[in-house]
Amino acid sequence: MSAAWTVCRKELLDNARDRRTLFSAFVFGPLLGPVLFAVLINVMVAQTVSTAESPIEVPIVGSELAPNLVEHLEARGIEVAPDHGLEKFADAADAVQNGRHDAVLLIDPDYAERFSAGETARVTLVYDRSNTRAGSRVQRIRGAVSSYAQQLGTLKLIARGVDPDVLSTVMLDELDVSTAAGRSVVLLGMLTYFLLLATLVGGFYLAIDSTAGERERRSLEPLLTTPVERSSLLLGKMAATTIYMLLALALTLVGFVVTLGYVSLEPLGMSSGFGPGAALAAFAVLVPFAPLGAALMTLVASFTKSYKEAQTYLTLVLLVPTLPLVFATMLNVKPTGALMWIPSLRQHLLVTALVRQDPIPFAYVAQSATATLAAAAVLGFVAMRLYERERVLG
Amino acid sequence: MIEVFSVAKRFGDVRALDGVSFTAADGRITGLLGPNGAGKSTCLRILSTVLRPDRGSARIGGVDVVAEPLRARRLMGVLPHGSGLYPHLTARENIEYYGRLHGLRERALATRVDALLARLNLGAIADRKAKGFSQGERTKVALARALVHEPRHLLLDEPTSGLDVMAARELREWLRSLRDDGCCVLLSSHVMQEVEALVDDLVIIAGGRIAASGTPAELAVRYPERSLEDIFVSAVEAAAR
Repeated sequence: MSAAWTVCRKELLDNARDRRTLFSAFVFGPLLGPVLFAVLINVMVAQTVSTAESPIEVPIVGSELAPNLVEHLEARGIEVAPDHGLEKFADAADAVQNGRHDAVLLIDPDYAERFSAGETARVTLVYDRSNTRAGSRVQRIRGAVSSYAQQLGTLKLIARGVDPDVLSTVMLDELDVSTAAGRSVVLLGMLTYFLLLATLVGGFYLAIDSTAGERERRSLEPLLTTPVERSSLLLGKMAATTIYMLLALALTLVGFVVTLGYVSLEPLGMSSGFGPGAALAAFAVLVPFAPLGAALMTLVASFTKSYKEAQTYLTLVLLVPTLPLVFATMLNVKPTGALMWIPSLRQHLLVTALVRQDPIPFAYVAQSATATLAAAAVLGFVAMRLYERERVLG
Repeated sequence: MIEVFSVAKRFGDVRALDGVSFTAADGRITGLLGPNGAGKSTCLRILSTVLRPDRGSARIGGVDVVAEPLRARRLMGVLPHGSGLYPHLTARENIEYYGRLHGLRERALATRVDALLARLNLGAIADRKAKGFSQGERTKVALARALVHEPRHLLLDEPTSGLDVMAARELREWLRSLRDDGCCVLLSSHVMQEVEALVDDLVIIAGGRIAASGTPAELAVRYPERSLEDIFVSAVEAAAR
């Protein structure tokens, strides 16, 4: 045991002197998530807020033909863009297609005539569905035009002595029961992804350096002539990897607490619920993931023939734990006992529940930790068996 | 004393060692001489317990390397081919690491490391990182590391390869002084002249078999009027046939 501790201490010191290892483990990994997250949220907030409330300018061809409609639109913050220079449908389609305008409203040339004749007057909205940025604008224009049409229709019915209510046979009431914290989950669901990634990146270079690197530098052979069981050597290496991973995880959590403290989610009608308390709880939930990741990376790196090869394979390993997360987010999975057996998914579900401020059954946490640590032990054992083989010398 | 009894080892279809037996006595430097690919490194790796023999056995100071590898490792120091130092660690840290793995207590370790650094004239580079060391410096630090637990047996794989004349000379003097202390020194080499200048006993290995063995004087009697190099060449050619 003391030999394993000696190995662990040496790996910690050795790797602490490698600038690349330090940078990727404790700067790049922990900063990437929180910064990317802050930027993403800011962009989303800015977009949602601006398109929901601020006035927009839309080119309206033939606006002089429908002054009342234009007035109705302007009252809803949709203003006629001045000097748009568009005259026909072809111009409008062209302008939207090459992105000069998000949407163009065309008033039919015989709009006024048909309108006064009491016939259906035609208005055309030109837009590009693949332009996601324009989506909310199109929505607003569509809503404003149809509310104008409905208003006029109601007036017409009243003028003919018909109760407008005959048109509304069924009324749909919508009630959104999501909590403020619950709504932010879509965003904060990505949180676990960044946390797991940063944790793995934290041990990435140490796992490679202490196995494939050790062999490539020819320091493995003399190490194997010291009176220490190979399993103890490997245990020390995996312990060092685990410590780096936990450090990286802690730094990342601090990063998230800081950035989420600066980013205001209130305009989105969300509360982040990610303070120091939640960060500590998330750390506790994620701790068992570190030895599992360390055992997995050490095992894979031990199989490889060189440092470069180890880097290639471990990059793939970085993707593995994210796969269950992708499915979970797509299918909106909630924690159940059975899912607590799936590595990385259980951490995701628990952290997400933490952020949602949902109650978490202690049994789930215990089950998750036990299963994760058991998987780590199995992988660690396989890695140790691998080191007993002669081929480990390469 | 190092004893090797009809050791055989194959890698796939390659027969690296095919029944090798020899002994290396205490207080003597024994040279394992042979062309590249003769099986010298494989033999040393089996003795250092990194590889296991397919057949045969070997003992270091009476301890069987297959049955009790951990005990055998305590009795020997190993200088592998290429120093295998950690570039980010200083000379002192490299040596201390192995001392701790050998179970030395911190106080005894510090005394021992200081003594080794002084004896090998490494004081000037003791606290510099191994990254910038010359080949000679690296070999010396690796030697100090192999000696940190005061082993009575020393295995060296091509110790002088890559060293300049002065460094090689210094190393030879080192090995002689260890021998004079009563150590059993076993080294491999493919350089005839170097072996001739250094060893007390010779084991010529070729094609995984022992081609000839004895002191240089005995070999000279057995093959009269021929230089050691001629003996080496004819022994190797005989083995190849």
